[in-house]
Amino acid sequence: MQTAKPACRVAAMVLACLSISLAVSAPGRAAETSEHATERQPWTFAGFTGQYDRPQLQRGFQVFQQVCTACHGLKRVRFRNLAEPGGPEFPVEAVKALAVSWPYQVSGELDDEGNPIDRLPGLADPIIGPYKNDKQARAAQNGALPPDLSLVVKARSLESHAPWYSHWLWMLADVATGYQEGGADYVYALLTGYHEAPAGVEVSDGMYYNAAFPGHQLAMPPPLYADSPIEYQPDAGAKSTMEQNARDVTAFLAWAADPSLDARKRLGWQVLLYLVITTLLLFLVKRRIWGRLKH
Amino acid sequence: MALHESSYEPKSGIAKWMDERLPVGRLMHTQFVDFPTPRNLNYLWTFGGILTFFLMAQIVTGIVLAMHYQPSADGAFDSIERIRRDVNFGWLIRNLHAVGASMFFLAAYVHIFRGLYYGSYKAPREVLWIIGVLIFIVMMATAFMGYSLPWGQMSFWAVTVITNLFSSLDSIFKGLGTTIVEWLWGGYAVTGATLNRFYSLHYLLPFVIAGLVGLHLWALHIVGQNSPTGLDVKTKSDAVPMHPYATSKDAVGMFLFLILFAWFAFFLPDYLGHADNYIPANPLVTPPHIVPEWYFLPYYAILRAIPSKLFGVIAMFSSIGILMFVPWLDTARVRSTKYRPVYKWFFWLFVLTCLALGYLGSKPPEGAYVLWARIFTFYYFAHFLIVMPLVGWLETPKKVPGSITEAVLGPAGAQGAAAATKKA
Repeated sequence: MQTAKPACRVAAMVLACLSISLAVSAPGRAAETSEHATERQPWTFAGFTGQYDRPQLQRGFQVFQQVCTACHGLKRVRFRNLAEPGGPEFPVEAVKALAVSWPYQVSGELDDEGNPIDRLPGLADPIIGPYKNDKQARAAQNGALPPDLSLVVKARSLESHAPWYSHWLWMLADVATGYQEGGADYVYALLTGYHEAPAGVEVSDGMYYNAAFPGHQLAMPPPLYADSPIEYQPDAGAKSTMEQNARDVTAFLAWAADPSLDARKRLGWQVLLYLVITTLLLFLVKRRIWGRLKH
Repeated sequence: MALHESSYEPKSGIAKWMDERLPVGRLMHTQFVDFPTPRNLNYLWTFGGILTFFLMAQIVTGIVLAMHYQPSADGAFDSIERIRRDVNFGWLIRNLHAVGASMFFLAAYVHIFRGLYYGSYKAPREVLWIIGVLIFIVMMATAFMGYSLPWGQMSFWAVTVITNLFSSLDSIFKGLGTTIVEWLWGGYAVTGATLNRFYSLHYLLPFVIAGLVGLHLWALHIVGQNSPTGLDVKTKSDAVPMHPYATSKDAVGMFLFLILFAWFAFFLPDYLGHADNYIPANPLVTPPHIVPEWYFLPYYAILRAIPSKLFGVIAMFSSIGILMFVPWLDTARVRSTKYRPVYKWFFWLFVLTCLALGYLGSKPPEGAYVLWARIFTFYYFAHFLIVMPLVGWLETPKKVPGSITEAVLGPAGAQGAAAATKKA
């Protein structure tokens, strides 16, 4: 009993600190995020139970194919991946047909006489973009390099603007809820973040104002338009709007960057279940063993 | 130890034959079954076992990763993506290894702070403690080199920044720093040659750690375990055999920690890393904020808190090196902080200082962050150099129980136990 009292006091102090710093920091944090137009989005694959939404990945691929491939490649994803479980799961035949009708050819291989050739891609080939190398891409794009999008969602994040006294609380909250979608939130914010530059901000020639991009000047022209969204099939599962296009293509790119997410989270729950049950059993064993002693 | 008699009796013919030639079974039985452990150990004492587990787990997952990894500037990043995407369960092994490194450090920090709180470094455990500090230093070198292997932007620039620190030695002896840096790099810049040697050392050092862990355990089993009261095992009733008592408690502690490990490995595998490391290394583009992994952030804050590069480097290395001298800096008459009413406050201030330095290490070195980093850096060193000697000298400790048995059973129970021992 004597040892329990200080423990209670510490717990009460921690709780008090928690509630005070959350209360103080919540308004500040919201203001900060709305300023940068980067808000956390409700992804189906978010948190520790989230999984990809098959129809969304398929719509996302459509947006990627019709818009992004004009400049970007997806070289770490192979055509066969589009038919594999955990992804958009297109029928294999459709993916085969897609590969051979892809607008860009695989280059750099040699024919039997040793001459370099271009050929149509197959299921095992990467989803290539229009440019053979970075130099060619820069030459075609006024010196700007459209990056490969295979990992773009993992390679971006939302910076936390929480002040020091609540920073650690948000961190704990993110760990407890399994928040790891900062990259997707950023990509969505970027795709929907094109605006007229605010008064007093000068945008250089060939650049576009984007609220989400660091520095706000981006060489990529707005890829999606509010007045002419991509045409979705009637059975696609969602009405096409600019925001929906951005959301779908971001989900598709999230899958491209992390194709094992569905399997990872499913296995995670099995492992956790095993660990929790074993821990309980071990605890009972330990109590039984120590029960022989006074302690 | 005198109290410690082996109950080992080889049963089978083979075991008897072996026992007369190389008594490995006897050694294991004596040291890990009969070994007397204090009966009052709390769950903080389970972290030694947890750390041993993580060393083995890192070696196993690392060996599998090494089968698929290509240590070259051109191939490293792509080979890790192949592991994530094309190797069967490659994503799992890679997450376990990357998250495992973080968990290894988390467990090491708990283990170190436990040692500091309960005075586990005080005589006769000085050598045990120093070997522990050496393990920690080799661990840091291993982790640093391991972080370079994915050859992403953060890998490349962390290597560039940290290896460049040695160039500050030029201001002591002209050319010394440059020579060391070029020797580390294997050239005039961070290149694939640097990656290759880091990979080689990253594979070697874990086995050095394993050797040091052997010495750490040896020293531990010579002097015996410290306990929450800071008292040693003196009589039979102070101790319980390691198996099944300590082992059953260790198993619970380890599985609780594995739940945390699984949580990160399966649901937050990239939370502890940095997004920039998913961009392939590019020597021509510097990331806006170069930050190390979370477990190095306090030292990074100390490095940047000092205005001079040379003294910043010296401070950073001293912040770890100073741990070696803790057994002699602490002048207290009792071991455990439990019985030190004044030092207790300073201990928690020191924990807060380390957390604050970690936070400041993740922030850009500007404005108020620099000032606070300097204040906390000052306290970090003051804790060891001023607080430990002075408080230990001036403070009147609370009354420590006469023995572990008395701490657990009270004075009456201790007398009963002593009588029982005499009768037996």
